[in-house]
Amino acid sequence: MKIFICIKQVPDPNTTISTLDPTTKRLVRSGVSLVLDPGDESTIAAAIKLRDTLGNSELVALSMGPASVQEAMRRSLAMGADRAILVTDPALAGSDAIGTARVLAAVLKQEGAELIFCSTESTDGYTGMVPGAIAEFLGIAQLTFAREIKVEGQKAVIKRVIPKGYQTVESTLPAVVTIASGSFDAIYPTMKGIMGAKKKPFSQLSLADLGIDPALVGEAGARERVLTIGAAEARAAGQMIRDDGTAAQQIADFLQRYQLL
Amino acid sequence: MANTIWVLVELEEGKPARSSLEVLGKAAKLGRAEAIVLGAAAAEVAPTLGQYGAEKVYVHADAAYDQYLTLPVVETLSHLIQHHQPSLLLLASTYALRDVAARLSVRDSMGLITDATDLAFDAEGLKVIVPWGGENIVTVTHPSQGPGIVLARPKAFPLERYEERTAKIERLDVAVSAGAQTIRILETVEVQSEGPALEDANVVISGGRGLGKAENFSLVKELASVLGGAPGATRAIVDAGWLPYSYQVGQTGKTVKPTLYIACGISGAIQHLAGMKGSKYIVAINKDEHAPIFSSADLGVVGDAVAILPELTKEIKRRKA
Repeated sequence: MKIFICIKQVPDPNTTISTLDPTTKRLVRSGVSLVLDPGDESTIAAAIKLRDTLGNSELVALSMGPASVQEAMRRSLAMGADRAILVTDPALAGSDAIGTARVLAAVLKQEGAELIFCSTESTDGYTGMVPGAIAEFLGIAQLTFAREIKVEGQKAVIKRVIPKGYQTVESTLPAVVTIASGSFDAIYPTMKGIMGAKKKPFSQLSLADLGIDPALVGEAGARERVLTIGAAEARAAGQMIRDDGTAAQQIADFLQRYQLL
Repeated sequence: MANTIWVLVELEEGKPARSSLEVLGKAAKLGRAEAIVLGAAAAEVAPTLGQYGAEKVYVHADAAYDQYLTLPVVETLSHLIQHHQPSLLLLASTYALRDVAARLSVRDSMGLITDATDLAFDAEGLKVIVPWGGENIVTVTHPSQGPGIVLARPKAFPLERYEERTAKIERLDVAVSAGAQTIRILETVEVQSEGPALEDANVVISGGRGLGKAENFSLVKELASVLGGAPGATRAIVDAGWLPYSYQVGQTGKTVKPTLYIACGISGAIQHLAGMKGSKYIVAINKDEHAPIFSSADLGVVGDAVAILPELTKEIKRRKA
């Protein structure tokens, strides 16, 4: 089976506070440490597990973005993906979720992807719009918030997280499956994996390769337009104390003062 | 002419979801609110929506919406939007409606704005407020003509009552196509949790990485129990497998607005702050005095949550006795 995993490079959520450039209205990328989205680590693990269970299958990592994304893609190869495809083109700058989905869907169609893994949402944007939009561009089902996945013949069955518990859902293939964060233990690349990744096929595509009109992607094709950027309202500064052994009493005093007990 | 704002009202066990009703109340403040309700219980629910702001309700009582995910709703909404051209489709940002919004935006080339905390129409058109990262608030609009979609953050709007209002009901003459019945629900299992539901609790005690290990989350649960509150968690410890996803507070997890929120060993990633910043009183306990959580706290305690929590639970028990 031809399995794809769509991945994203994001500002390291552990070290960065993301800001917007007031002129370009885009994410400030300079001086920011970029990593493979931590959510994708779990999704890649899910995809690798399925590929190995099914046998006779290929796992391809797919992403869109500037050349720097190669690093995140190399990591996916080191973890166990078989090859990688990066779509990179200056006209893609400023793309929103729908523009991104349009580009990824074009590659997936060209490649004849049968099962497409995505994380439920990215760790920088959190909008969760890309997977559903890919599914719509391809005219196939989307199975979201999966914690478990099984493929039975031409069907995918997932156990998905819902706010009050879980649900078992099925659809025929091809399908887009989104993995709920933390559902699968990440695979840490070994030295052998890292060395091996360098020899795996890595291709780059441009918009022209995909026959996509640049007016439909990038800023030109975005489904929302930023008018103004302002500063978030800060909460009034509170009281700070250092635990000297009486913190519990002081917290209890605070709760009592505001009648919270 | 007043703007017509459409709201899809989700059903939960045959009742309208509170998140949908909050959005409906906001729609009624912005202009003429019209609701769409789809599913086996739709006909019973429709007449009750006037009191939450709907002037008109489109109804299709068909169980296909309850048995198959996403596609039946997208198909019917797409059909309706093409016929009626409302000014805006306003949706609560829930699991199901996020999936619907993404597909609908593509299918009908609609504008799409996610994570809104407020919106208004002025002389220039629609203006939507979206918090971005921790430091920015952006104002955005739909670039194209025609109806666009706005997904609103849960709890962005209070529930509004329009006691005198009776909605006009229109039964839809549509059928869900076979092609839309492809994502089939085989089983739904509800997991009962103890104490109040996280999103409704008046007191929420949450834990993060600073608790050190999964076993220490019991300290959070014990404090929640003595305060009559619900335990919550950060994405980091949910990702780490300490707790199921249902505990997650944050932009993708649950949005909570309790009277009291106690953050234990939580650094305060944007993802988490987005889900709890609306709490009335915030107490934060963290070892790192530079943790971003402290800028949102009414009381910040620099210290080890693992040491402080048992003491605090004991102290509260003593004072309540």
